[in-house]
This record gives sequence, C-alpha cells and structure tokens, in this order.
Amino acid sequence: MKISKLLLGAAGLALVAGLAQAGSHLQDTSGKRIALSNNYAGNSWRQAMLQSWEEAAGAAVADGVVAAADAFTTSENQATEQAAQIQNMILQGYDAIVINAASPTALNGAVKEACDAGVTVVSFDGIVSEPCAWRIAVDFAAMGKEEVDYLATRLPDGGNLLEIRGLAGVFVDDEISAGIHAGVAEHDQFKIVGSVHGDWAQDVAQKAVAGILPSLPDVVGVVTQGGDGYGAAQAFKAAGRPTPLIVLGNRQDEMQWWADQRDANGYETLSLSIAPGVSTLAFWVAQQVLAGEEVPKDLTVPFLKITQDTLDEKLAGTPVGSVANVMYALEDAQAVIAGAK
Amino acid sequence: MTRLSRYRILLPVLSLAILLAATFWMQPRAMSYFGLNLLFNLAVPIALATIAQMMIIMVNDIDLSLGAFVSLVACVTATFLHDTPLLGLAILAALILTYAALGAMIHALDLPAIVVTLGMSFIWGGIALFILPSPGGASPGWLRSLMTIKPPMIPMAIVAAITIAALTHLLIMRSGIGTVLRGVGGNARSVARAGWPVIRLKALAYGLAGLFGVLAGMALVGLTTSADANIALRYTLLSIAGVILGGGEFIGGKVSPVGAVIGALTLTLAASFLSFLRLSPDWQIGAQGAILILVLTARLIFSRRGAEA
Repeated sequence: MKISKLLLGAAGLALVAGLAQAGSHLQDTSGKRIALSNNYAGNSWRQAMLQSWEEAAGAAVADGVVAAADAFTTSENQATEQAAQIQNMILQGYDAIVINAASPTALNGAVKEACDAGVTVVSFDGIVSEPCAWRIAVDFAAMGKEEVDYLATRLPDGGNLLEIRGLAGVFVDDEISAGIHAGVAEHDQFKIVGSVHGDWAQDVAQKAVAGILPSLPDVVGVVTQGGDGYGAAQAFKAAGRPTPLIVLGNRQDEMQWWADQRDANGYETLSLSIAPGVSTLAFWVAQQVLAGEEVPKDLTVPFLKITQDTLDEKLAGTPVGSVANVMYALEDAQAVIAGAK
Repeated sequence: MTRLSRYRILLPVLSLAILLAATFWMQPRAMSYFGLNLLFNLAVPIALATIAQMMIIMVNDIDLSLGAFVSLVACVTATFLHDTPLLGLAILAALILTYAALGAMIHALDLPAIVVTLGMSFIWGGIALFILPSPGGASPGWLRSLMTIKPPMIPMAIVAAITIAALTHLLIMRSGIGTVLRGVGGNARSVARAGWPVIRLKALAYGLAGLFGVLAGMALVGLTTSADANIALRYTLLSIAGVILGGGEFIGGKVSPVGAVIGALTLTLAASFLSFLRLSPDWQIGAQGAILILVLTARLIFSRRGAEA
C-alpha cells in the first residue's frame, strides 16, 4: 500500500517534471518544422541576425524541440520575391514561418495564404500588417524617450542637446525622434538646439555634426539612434570642443571608444539598441504558438541596454565591426509573452 | 518556316515541362490544385508584364521602364482605384494613353526607345513615390476576389495563364492588325510603303503594352493586397527574359504570345525550383541565369539544325 502510493507519487512527480520540460500544459513540437524568411543579408546587423538564428535554432533541432529550422534569404531584396518565397515554404510543408519582411504590406497576400493553409506566421523587426500574423515589434519611441530619461538622471540641471537622426523617410527614424522629443517635453530642463541626419552611419554622422557644430552653443548631451555616436565624438574632438554626454548604440566601435574614454578620464554613458538576436526570440515565439500557447498577436521586444557595469563583458563578446548581441532563450520568450498578456 | 515556328514554341513548352516534372519530383505537395496555385499565382502579373514587353519587342524596341510602370500602376490601384474608382480608372486610362503617345514620339522623332524608356522609368518611379511615399494602400475588394477566385478543377493561376495566352495569340498571331503590327517590327519601311501609317501602328503597339502593364499592376495588387513604389522593379528584366525564353527575338516581328506566357511561368518556376533545392541565395541569381543560357543555347542549336535541314 505504502510502496504503491510512493510509486504513484514518484510517477506523478516524473510526469509533472516531464510536462514541465515540454512546457507545462503545452503540446510536443518535436515534429514541427519552422522556416525563416529573410529579405536581406547585406549588413553586419543582418549577418549577426542570421548567425543567431543558426545557433539557437540549430541547438533546438539538436535537442529535439523542433524537427527543422531552416533559414532562407531571397536573392534580391524585393517584396514580390519574398512573397514567392513564402508561398514556396507553404508548399514545403513548414508548420511555422518566421518573417523579417521587405515590406509591411506587400507580403500580406502571401501571409494570408499561409494562415489559410494553417501555417503559423511570426514577423519580427520588419513586421507585416496582416492581422492573422504575429508581430514582434520594437518600441522605438520608448527607446528614444529612454535616452532623455537617462540624460535627466545624469544631468539634473539640463542644458542644450544635439539630436542625430537616422535615414530620412524611414519610419524607425520618425519613431525614435518622436520618443526623444516626448522625453524633452517631459524633462523641460533640456532643449534640442540642433538636429542632423546621420543615416545610422559613423562617417555620415561625423560630417553632419562637424557641419552644424560651429553654429551651436555649448552642448551637454547628444541623443542618437545608433551607429552614429562614434562619428559624433570624432566631430566634437576635431572641433576642439569638450566631449558631451553621447548616448551610444551598441556598435563595436562605439563601445571601444567608450571603454577608451572611460579608462582615460572616467567617461560614463549609456548604450542601447536592438539586438540582432531578436530572430531567436521570434523562433521561440513561433515554437510557443505551435505548442498551443495563447500568444497575443502584438509583442514588444525589449532593447539591449549596455551600462558602465556591463560594458567590458559586452565589448569582449562583440566582434570588430559588429553589433552587441543577445541570444534569447525559451524563458525569455515566455517572459515577453507573459508581459504582453 | 513552318518547321522553325514549330520549334519556336516546342522549346519553351519542353523547358517548362522538364522544370515542372523536376519540381513535382522534389516537392510532391506541389502536385495539387492548391500547390499549383501557390506555385504560379505570382506568375500571372509577370505573364501580363511579359506580354507588355513583347508588344514593344515586337515593333523592334525595348522597354526598360516596365518594372517602374507596373509599380506605379500598383500604387494607383492600391490608392485611387480603391478610394475613388472613377478617378482611378481615369488615371490608368491616362497612363495607357501616355504609353501610346510615347510610342508615337519615339517613332516621329526617331529616338532610341532604350533611352526614352530608361528616362521614363525614373519619371514613373518618381510619381509612384509621390502617390505612395511609404508602403500601404489596399486592394479593391473585387480585384482581390478576382485574383483569389477558386474555379473548379483548374486553379486560377492556370486559367489566367491560358486565357492571357489564348487572347493575345488571337490578337497578335491571327488577327489582321496583329500581322501588320508584327510587320512593323520586321520591316517598317515596307509596311509604310503598303500605305499603313506606321506612327499610329507604333502608338497602338505601345498602347497595348501600356494596357497589359496596367493589367499586370492590377493583378499584382490583387495578389499582394497592397503596394509600394518599388514593388515590381524586377519585372523589367523578368519580362525581357520571359519574351526571349518564350521564343521571341530581339530582331523585331519574331514573337510568340503563347511562348511569352510560358516563358514567364518558366522563370517563376525556376526561382521556386532553386529555392526547393536549398541553393544558397548567393548562387540563385547565377543559377537562374544559367537556366536561361541553357535554354537559349538549346534554341540556337535547334534553329541551326532547322536552317540546315
């Protein structure tokens, strides 16, 4: 009697443990196949994104979490080609398609075909507007506001700010800038005295900042969009002006410059951007949807923040010319899903 | 001559059949109503664009603005045709007339079409960006239902391809005006001597190209449900390749509408086939080119043999 009870208890425990491993109430996804549809691979961010997918998805396949997780990139960055690619994936019988889209709207027809065929579609970074797909979006406005919030903690007296914007006409640029301006409206001790377009590239940013600097009064802080902080620092140095507090964007050259400045004169700042490993988050979200988890259609990806304390660790882990990265695990995906519910 | 023209259509059919067999072998799932539709529905706008390009190549010219033009039509369709259908139709009609006027101008001023159309591609692209600065718009409901219609037995994509091929074959190969149009490409001077107003014929050919370009843009929006200003830029080269793959020749007058449609289907299928092969994207464009060269080489060999015999 006692022994049988014990056995029963042990069996029960084992069952619970087994279920927990498979994701508690969720179904097994070991037979499911996931595909990544990517429209462009021509810069360091996209390369890091594909690399992250290969690592995380490859490990998941090896562990038997899913049966396959193949990555496809179109040979040309065109929406029509990606639409055809998605339709091919439906034909190949994938259970889920993870998309970094060439266009937020032009793939909707193909995405709808996939949904109608019972395929789970998860879009990230470049998201699609078709309602049947999941979207893992970045709250760029919050990112811009966070920069000003940080400046307010460091410079309570406020002062003049220089804003470096991204590529004109791209919605990301508008969003980040809107967030920065919202932050300035809240912390009214700050005033944006100048705004230039740095196109997310160090050389462009350097030229633009060098051009506007002579006309500016003293600048205490520079708010940026990533990929432009190092160029701004060089422009300030060339003009012989004191280096203001520049918010950085996780690029390796920016972090290297930051570390050098810190060692030389105790420079302190904040760096934030989107980690290319967001592809692995999308992978796990797709896996969770396949497993039957209730996932809200709109999720927000947290951005990767590097502070004075984590600088050395992140810099060491970032190859020259690349972007600081973070790999998301199943637990991170579950946390993001729980946060959106 | 009959022998040659028979070869001309035989080769595109053969290439499509071989490619289709290989695709079915690799991906048996494609061998179904649903699968065929998925494989070929995006080929419908390409087929229409290829026919448009064929009209231009038929009169001994070449159109480098077609991709930008189709993109512009897509933008107009997703905005004006959706919101204010009458205005949308008027704009599309105006675009077709502009194409016809371009044809007349190219002939009257004896301009090289390649230069004029290259210039026009920037104008079309500019207007498209002006209409739709960021991706968006919506497909008119009737267009969406037309492109996603599910006819019994044969999928929409196949029905559409056959209809396009049959109609243009009747127009270009069988009708009187079609014969004269091909004559303009073959020998414009003798057509003029026979009393035909070549300028009007050229305008007609360009107008027809504009019409099919408009149809291509509309079909594309019906499939994608929205547009952006760069949506069809690839169509310029795809359409030229489709015409040539389908048995057309740059030396005017030698075209085949049925072949052009088959050429468009073959090109679309080739891209899918390569992606089923899991070929790295770096190699895919090269492989697509290799398929093209293979078919053209085969054609050259066939036609040489035909000439010898």
